[in-house]
Amino acid sequence: MKTVTRESRRDFLKIAGTTAGSLFIGFNWFSCDSPKVEVLSTEEVLAQAKSFNAYLSISPSGDVVIYSPNPELGQNIKTSFPMVVAEELDADWGKVRVLQANLDTEKYDRQLTGGSGAMPHSWERLRKAGATARYVLVAAAAKMWNVPAEEITVENGIISHSGSKKSGHFGEFVAEAAQMKAPEEVKLKDKKDFKIIGTPVKNVDSREIYTGKPLFGLDFYREGMMHAMVQRAPFGMKIKSLDDAAAKAVSGVTDVVTFGTSVAVVGNSTWPLMKAKKLLKIEYEADGSVESSADHDRIFKELMANGKADVRRQDGNVNSAFQNAAKVVSAEYQCPFLAHSPMEPENFFAHVKGDRCELIGPTQTPDRARQTAAAILGIPADNVTVEITRLGGGFGRRLRADYVEEAVHISKAINAPVKVTWSREDELTGGAYRPAVRYRFEAALDANGTMIGYKLRGVGMNAGNTTRENNFPSGAVDNLLIESVNYESSITTNAWRAPITNFLAYAEQSFLDEVALEAGKDPVAFRLELLDRAKNNPVGQLGYDVDRMIGVVKTAAEKGNWGKNPNIKQGFSVYFSHRSYVAQVADIEMQGGTPVLKKITAATDCGMVVNPTGANHQVRGGIVDGMGHAMYTNLTFENGVPKQRNYDTYRLIRLKEVPEIEPHFIDSGYDPTGLGEPALPPTGGAIANAIFAATGRRLRSQPFIEQKEFSDIKLEIRRS
Amino acid sequence: MASFNLKVNGKSHQVEVEDDTPLLWVLRDHLGLVGTKFSCGIAQCGACTVHLNGNPTFSCVTPISSVGNAEVTTIEGLSENGDHPVQKAWEEVDVAQCGYCQGGQIMQAAAFLKQNPNPSMEEIDNAMNRNICRCGTYHKIREAVAQAAKNM
Repeated sequence: MKTVTRESRRDFLKIAGTTAGSLFIGFNWFSCDSPKVEVLSTEEVLAQAKSFNAYLSISPSGDVVIYSPNPELGQNIKTSFPMVVAEELDADWGKVRVLQANLDTEKYDRQLTGGSGAMPHSWERLRKAGATARYVLVAAAAKMWNVPAEEITVENGIISHSGSKKSGHFGEFVAEAAQMKAPEEVKLKDKKDFKIIGTPVKNVDSREIYTGKPLFGLDFYREGMMHAMVQRAPFGMKIKSLDDAAAKAVSGVTDVVTFGTSVAVVGNSTWPLMKAKKLLKIEYEADGSVESSADHDRIFKELMANGKADVRRQDGNVNSAFQNAAKVVSAEYQCPFLAHSPMEPENFFAHVKGDRCELIGPTQTPDRARQTAAAILGIPADNVTVEITRLGGGFGRRLRADYVEEAVHISKAINAPVKVTWSREDELTGGAYRPAVRYRFEAALDANGTMIGYKLRGVGMNAGNTTRENNFPSGAVDNLLIESVNYESSITTNAWRAPITNFLAYAEQSFLDEVALEAGKDPVAFRLELLDRAKNNPVGQLGYDVDRMIGVVKTAAEKGNWGKNPNIKQGFSVYFSHRSYVAQVADIEMQGGTPVLKKITAATDCGMVVNPTGANHQVRGGIVDGMGHAMYTNLTFENGVPKQRNYDTYRLIRLKEVPEIEPHFIDSGYDPTGLGEPALPPTGGAIANAIFAATGRRLRSQPFIEQKEFSDIKLEIRRS
Repeated sequence: MASFNLKVNGKSHQVEVEDDTPLLWVLRDHLGLVGTKFSCGIAQCGACTVHLNGNPTFSCVTPISSVGNAEVTTIEGLSENGDHPVQKAWEEVDVAQCGYCQGGQIMQAAAFLKQNPNPSMEEIDNAMNRNICRCGTYHKIREAVAQAAKNM
């Protein structure tokens, strides 16, 4: 037995090269306070382990290896998935090793990260994976001890039979159990008996992260590997001429490769490529519409007035409702394009070898990476392998495979393994943004202040459907019209954390605040009145669970002390997205005439919370994300090129700009319903509504700091 | 190309690079020390933070020719066993989401606490405001720096 206290980079790479399962290995639970504890390396564990199913192997030493198939980008799935397996297995969490699984579409379904959908999709599968392995281990023990299986108990990886006073760890039964057939159906635990689920379990990659181990795609290195960086064309343009002489003359540059509208510089290390890329002399010519932000303003106006709309939902008779209204409220809201801006810029490793291709790197959609490579190379998808590294953030950007495509093209052209690296400027100018969208809302109120009519018209730049037509307040209004207009821009767009709802929620929840005030009603009471209507006498189809939404509204109002302190000006917001419900209260305290944003209270119903640490992270992080982009960030265009090219002008929220955030969770009894995104959408609205309550200024465009209504209110953000 | 002698994490290294090569890329591409991260390349985000003679430094804008005899410390060399009080605090508080920026955050915090072992929360905020975390782990970063200060 080899004693391992901590792995060196060399050990790491050796393991990476020999372990079929994965490059990235979580040596969790090496206590740094007790480095002398004798522990098998994961390589050794795997060499002896028996596989029970796609998720689970157990070695005779009693060590449990759990594969986590979905890409980890900070949503903590690499910790929470194994928790669910270990729970039903009744494993000792201290004996669990977690490995990131490679792409394997035969073993795993939905091996992707997007839509906050991993846990809802896999919850039952993970539980079954643990429970079926537990079942055969118990059956093995029953056979070996010659006792009835139902008299056997399992706790913390120890199997016991009290009558015969026999007990042993999992490893002692692995050989026998591995020969037994796993049952098709198996009894799952009662939730009240959970011992791991619902407890705060630490990130399984903690130690590697905090000691700088090579976990991420950009950290991947292989002997003989080339580096590449790519110059992409402005949107709506193609290459007219290329002079690469100066770039090629840079020491360390070995090749210049052109494909499509892109030019790649290739060399032995990264820095010479950064210099060489700037020395490429490329002339571009129009190949479609070359757009600037001023064009977008004009297009928004034209399409809002006259664009052909896709009618998404129509209830009752809106025209007559608006004709008969005692009062009509209307407003337009707008949000800009945004980049995803993960801290780890896009990158990927590709090695094309004849009719085979090896891919390694950060992707939210490994199967799309594989299919893309296969299509480019004209080879079967089965000839392409994908290893998933840890992702330094994603936010939807890595759902795309454009940077994988580049690596494949270049590797094929130079006939060598290559890693493509994007710079921050590449990331901000390279496209696939959150689309820019403008909304017009109209509400008809009767004499009692009841909303009898509601109209929403969204215009988006490559946004597809800009609405969520069956979401609240649909179902709560008799006469309703929701329509969407799409403009096909040359600027590429993509899903961005909480697609569409990341700006729709802000616009809608701000507008409903306007309507409530015009109706002379408290914003929370107004929403509850609408929800009451949707519950008792719904109009048409409901895309949300009214009771769960009422639950978070009431909890947020209670925990956020809604309306209790006259010196605290508050904004309320509630949104349903990705199967979960989040309501927020933003507090602005007036300190001698200065509005100080101090706190955001959030009430979340995401069903059962698997890991409270991860859940708190997702709520706080989602709110910080939603707040930062609502407040500060803008991406504008001049002739098909973004004007903001790095963090000096593309402003991200910083530590001093976050208020206190107080997350609360509602135990609604549901299975987990997803939490990577749902906390983000309500945030912009809660803050905008609080700013209105404090200053009388209504912020109808993002980012707030660039609006003239914001310029003189001197908002401060402090926790005290 | 020129030859440079570097002292990194207590060891001497010789590298042959252009003299404008940022320390970041020498560490990552030439020495295989990839714990120091690339993110913005213009001294805005702090993911590349290392120590030069104990001072927090953005390695992405530090040309190798300016390093001279300075002692370079990276996240890999902050402690021998990953048990620097800041690293331990980060683990206890469970700070990371994606984790990409955290090496730089830890290096920033470690240098700050060496200079100011008993900081106020406001001083922590000012010091850590130099580093961006796109996942928004700022609350936990503050908590972990405060905890590390307590344990140092």
